[in-house]
Amino acid sequence: MSLAMPSATLLGQSLLSGVFVGGLYALLGLGLSLSWGYLRLINLAHFALAFLGAYLVLQLAGVIGLPVIAALLIVVPAFFALGVAMQILFTRFAVGEFASLLVTFGIAIIVESAIQWFWTADLRKFNFEFGTVSLQLGTLFIPVVEAIMFLVAAALSIGTWAFLRFTPVGKALRASAENPDIAAAFGVNHRRIALMLSGFAAALAAVAGVFIAMAYTLSPAQMFAWMGVVFAVVILGGLGNPLGVLAAGLVIGVSESLTMAVTAPTWAPLVSFALLIMVLVLRPDRV
Amino acid sequence: MRSNTRRMSVNLLAKTRGIAAALALGVLALGVSLPGGAAPSGPPIRVGGTLALTGPLASTSMVHKLAGEIFLEQVNKADGMLGRPVEWVLLDDQSKPDLTRTLYDRLVTADKVDLLIGPYATGSILSAMAVAERQGKMLIHNTFGIPKLAKYAMQFPVYQFGYTAEETFPPKLYDGLAASGAPIKTIAIVTSKFPSVHFMSVGAREVAKKRGLNEVLYLEFEFGNRDFGAIAARVRDANPDLLWMGSIGLESNMLLEALKKLNYTPKNHFHLYPAPAPLALAPEGERALAMTLWEPHPPITSSPTAAEFVKLYRERAEKAKLPYPEPDMQAALGYSQWQVLYAAVTATKSLDDKVLANWLRANRVETLLGTLRFNGPSNYGDDLSKVKQIQNHKWTTVWPKEFAAPGVKFQVP
Repeated sequence: MSLAMPSATLLGQSLLSGVFVGGLYALLGLGLSLSWGYLRLINLAHFALAFLGAYLVLQLAGVIGLPVIAALLIVVPAFFALGVAMQILFTRFAVGEFASLLVTFGIAIIVESAIQWFWTADLRKFNFEFGTVSLQLGTLFIPVVEAIMFLVAAALSIGTWAFLRFTPVGKALRASAENPDIAAAFGVNHRRIALMLSGFAAALAAVAGVFIAMAYTLSPAQMFAWMGVVFAVVILGGLGNPLGVLAAGLVIGVSESLTMAVTAPTWAPLVSFALLIMVLVLRPDRV
Repeated sequence: MRSNTRRMSVNLLAKTRGIAAALALGVLALGVSLPGGAAPSGPPIRVGGTLALTGPLASTSMVHKLAGEIFLEQVNKADGMLGRPVEWVLLDDQSKPDLTRTLYDRLVTADKVDLLIGPYATGSILSAMAVAERQGKMLIHNTFGIPKLAKYAMQFPVYQFGYTAEETFPPKLYDGLAASGAPIKTIAIVTSKFPSVHFMSVGAREVAKKRGLNEVLYLEFEFGNRDFGAIAARVRDANPDLLWMGSIGLESNMLLEALKKLNYTPKNHFHLYPAPAPLALAPEGERALAMTLWEPHPPITSSPTAAEFVKLYRERAEKAKLPYPEPDMQAALGYSQWQVLYAAVTATKSLDDKVLANWLRANRVETLLGTLRFNGPSNYGDDLSKVKQIQNHKWTTVWPKEFAAPGVKFQVP
């Protein structure tokens, strides 16, 4: 392990890097947290949907040549519909919390195979004009795509939190998750709300997919690369807690990145899981 | 009338000569190891093996599948092996060494294949090797990355990069850079802990110390790391003359992209096992160095077999819609392991594993990679490693000089 005194530039750059990767963790974790927290579904297919979204963006923008915004406008509503369809099936077959692990893992494998069938197992990269452009701030560089990704993650987390807290639908959703029977007695249509939430979670996966396509090289098997750390973010942030997910994403992203900057990078994965274990020991009620 | 008949005869003769010439060229193209003759007949010789057709290693395994299919098509169009057609019983190990072990057991005990051929990648080869040893089968394999772990007497490595590659390859790289006029005084080593990568990076570090290079950074990261932002910041801070990236797969692309976002381009950068296509196609991959045994250019492809292989591979890769349809070392390794198997079976006229193994230990085999021998430690032979570089989005051999493509120079800043 190398323990040299890092320069201020190195620390600042690593901090920025951690913030941006934390934004991706939050973006991936948000939909997962909502469906786990409010629908009691541990949706492993969320990662597969994010990658499917990434490949569709690659196809629409990288191959066909549509603007990224147009690809976003096609993929996000399509995924909302896909999420609704999945929820209809989950309700129809009464898939419970733990059964959902198995079912959604199966869906993830099917999606992975479908991606491999259509796009092959070869690595794919969406190259576009601003892909590696950075803004310079003194001695620090701010990669444009990652910065936008973080801003979108923050906006979606705050927006979702406000929606859940201040709108009648959000309040109904929270009530329904708290006690479905009493909420139903007050006229809350849990089924309709669940459909909407599942669609929203899938749409969030599509948004994450857009940024994955823009910032990373794709291969079908990569979809499971972030699973461990994103689960840590979701649990650390609290189920169904959008602001918690954003904060946890930032904490884990920044701590991993700073660990890489000041010690051996091999220690970085230990940070997220050490934090997770600490939370589970001190606050077992979070799951 | 007579003159017409005569003209037709001449035309027919010319056509016949043309066809004969084309056939002769075709036979030559198949190489000396694949003689033409009667179509193969009888029950097929079944050769069992696995490849990572799915999972994280699938993209490289696709290359091996194409190369193997090309060889088998050529063999079966000629007279097969021992006059019989050859069938590849190919299973998907899903990039999982534990599954590879189960599948090789199945190939021997349930599918009862006549011979085994290796899977792709060190972990899976190690699994297959254990089964081969237990079942007394010979195993020719093509991408085993840790020679000292190859203990089984009837295993034969085609990836001949030297039994002590960690000591013999780094000097080649440093010599190449020095001879090309790159003043290499400082080195940064950033390496994955993936076993077949890590020992090479440790070797490069030792050799660098012995040569008096100043190590300005040494970092290890876990295999599967996705965030290279902080590592890139440390490389930029260290600003070495040479960056040795102990990478496998996409890691090189991820580090170079992260460096580019910091507006930093390494002066000289070497990558151990990068994904060849993505790095060649990436703008930041220009001048990247890597280790190779074979690249598709003269003088390496001067034999008719190699030229035909390059042509067929390009056709198939384009048909399979591979984004990088150029054959590379992986393709040549995939093809060469079949050449070794074919040579042993043809020379001994036997399918007995012990007979084949004895012959391989005592003889040399001409392959795309060059002449292979298997009589050194752990059946390793000569160190055939070379240094390649990306120039204009294509990999080309640059060192040693005698293997460099005509007119190509080792590019340094």
